[in-house]
Amino acid sequence: MSTAATTEIKPALTAIEHIKVKVDGREIEVPRLIADWSGKLTPTTMIQACELAKTDVPHYCWHPKLPVVGNCRMCLVEFGTPALGPDRKPVFNPDGTPKIAKSPRPAISCATPISPGMEIYTKTPAVKQMREGVLESLLINHPLDCPICDQAGECKLQEYSVDYGQSSSRFVETKVHKPKAVDLGPRIMLDAERCILCTRCIRFTRDIAGDDALGIVNRGSYNTIATFPGIPFDNNYTLNTVDVCPVGALTSKDFRFQMRAWFLKETKSVCTSCATGCNVLIGSREEKIFRYTPRDNDAVNASWMCDAGRLNYKWIARADRLKEVLVRGQKSTWKAALNEISDKLKNAQAGSVAIIASARQTNEELWLISKLKSKLGAISDSIPRVGEADKLLVSADKNPNTNGARITGICFTEMGINLVKISDGIASGKIKTLIVFGENIVKRAVANEKLRERETVSEVVDEHAITAELLAKLDTLIVSDILPNETTKLAHYVLPGCAPAEKRGSFTNGKGRVQKFMKAVEAPGDARAEWEFLHDLVHNVTGQNGFVTIEGLFNQMAKEIPVFMGVTWQALGDTGVTVQI
Amino acid sequence: MSFQATPELEAEVHELISHYPVKRAASLMVLHAIQEKFGWISSDAVQWTAKKLELQPINVFEILTFYPMLRQEPQGKYAIKVCRTLSCALGGAYELHKHFCDKLGLDAHKHGPQTTKDGKFTVEFVECLASCGTAPVMMLGEKFYEDVSNAKADEIVGGCK
Repeated sequence: MSTAATTEIKPALTAIEHIKVKVDGREIEVPRLIADWSGKLTPTTMIQACELAKTDVPHYCWHPKLPVVGNCRMCLVEFGTPALGPDRKPVFNPDGTPKIAKSPRPAISCATPISPGMEIYTKTPAVKQMREGVLESLLINHPLDCPICDQAGECKLQEYSVDYGQSSSRFVETKVHKPKAVDLGPRIMLDAERCILCTRCIRFTRDIAGDDALGIVNRGSYNTIATFPGIPFDNNYTLNTVDVCPVGALTSKDFRFQMRAWFLKETKSVCTSCATGCNVLIGSREEKIFRYTPRDNDAVNASWMCDAGRLNYKWIARADRLKEVLVRGQKSTWKAALNEISDKLKNAQAGSVAIIASARQTNEELWLISKLKSKLGAISDSIPRVGEADKLLVSADKNPNTNGARITGICFTEMGINLVKISDGIASGKIKTLIVFGENIVKRAVANEKLRERETVSEVVDEHAITAELLAKLDTLIVSDILPNETTKLAHYVLPGCAPAEKRGSFTNGKGRVQKFMKAVEAPGDARAEWEFLHDLVHNVTGQNGFVTIEGLFNQMAKEIPVFMGVTWQALGDTGVTVQI
Repeated sequence: MSFQATPELEAEVHELISHYPVKRAASLMVLHAIQEKFGWISSDAVQWTAKKLELQPINVFEILTFYPMLRQEPQGKYAIKVCRTLSCALGGAYELHKHFCDKLGLDAHKHGPQTTKDGKFTVEFVECLASCGTAPVMMLGEKFYEDVSNAKADEIVGGCK
């Protein structure tokens, strides 16, 4: 088996024939077949050829990841095919080029397959006129109140109006009024007047999410997107319909009217709610996160993400975040605390230290912890988080970096099996120092006797015997976390850490995709990225001087750990690299 | 679900479904059968139909809301259908419709069929009733009326007991 890192999982394209077409006079070679929304190879359409030729064709209803319906008519183009004589043989111009028979009618480029020698014209006066006509038609009943619409700034109708619209409406009749602020479900609000009936939302929820909940009711100009009365639109993927909605019809209840889209700073990041690691864009302004939106990555999440992951950002802005370094309950400084901890660790007896790291930490942080671990001869593990998986994106493993913890040697393939050794070690007095990262261990702790009882009846993986009573026996308890909890209350040293949105780093997802994420917002107070203070700690304890930048740290780690095969931070790109796990 | 299908309706629907290669294709015919039986199609009836056809209720609801002749509410005892296609529209169908509405306490500007509070009358516009030469025309139940003036309209309403 090849050990080369792959950056993309694509169907083999070698067997697919390529044909030549011309887009606006420029000849390009395109595959005859392209995978459609379901991954099935289907004939390449004109809009796909134009996309490959880097020519924009305006469109509303067409979406590369959804079935084609061709109802908006915005992507109309003119085209021609090589002319055939009465003998069914190609006809040539005097200069030897094939004569092109231009089609008398335009065609919707989203649903018309290409053929060899086809010429596509996207910039002719007729095409421009058609786009203007379609746009004017779509705007007939659409409210012209962009300044109060939440979609303004990221609205296709608005964008194409700039290109093909008129400065004022010719429509003098009364507009059809449709329901506004319709509560479609717990997370989705519909403004039926703004809807252009492209049916992207219907197709998404029917074909991708597998919940055929939306439809078009009534008819003619009263057509409205709706759910069946009394059945709310509520599955774990509803918010993707807000993303695919090209206009301001579907809006997220969480985000609507919170911030204008153009004020948002967009940071490339990765969702941390499960081991899938959906690629996201974090929209933030003035150090406040306003929304997560999915970012395209065909190797991981296509263009989608689940609602639970998308809305799992509010805790980052919680007022009770850990903001201070605490030494035995007293406010301290990073320098003082790290020096004290370093001295203790340096003098610790081999085998007297245990580490419980979190599979929510980054590869780099876990690697630094593994350095501490080998220097101290410490035993380590992390806490598994198991939930329910679904067929689309959600993984049963709720830790974003389980594989990172395995690769760096923090835990075994079966995460959590060392916890019993740690609890026994503390109970027997052998383990005197415990370092905990980002895990509220007390929460899942069960008194030893009870745990033993349970283990005989079920496979309990995320429970362990490290109770608060046991923690009280330790000489030193060092805890780094983001939010206060029962374990931080018991700690001798509390080191405030960062949410992934507040630092840089990388995760290795459930399938071995190594993906990096960028910093969106500043951490509050004295909170510091774990890899930064871990670097200091490792330096103090082991005497090794590592890298002080995340790039250098990652590259060094990738060199030292064979699984990463020397992949560089830069080579991770925006969408990551898959490694053999 | 409060919708109770009779054994006859169950049998009829079963029969209807067997006429088509896919169950969904029977949607319209099943709705017709329900309306025939109950006079209108309730929300529960839609859910019942969806279950029979192995569809989501929204799929059936789309059809129900598309066709104005499929009724989502019970019709009044007397159904007044005023033609509003071109000849009748020019011949005073809108005035006639307004006259009925005013007389029966309904809102002439409201879209779709309207029923009086006592459930006696339902007034609605319909498309061509195929008697353009005698516009405006209307139907009361299954009975056809031509050249309907306001006076004649009053007479028709008066005749409804």
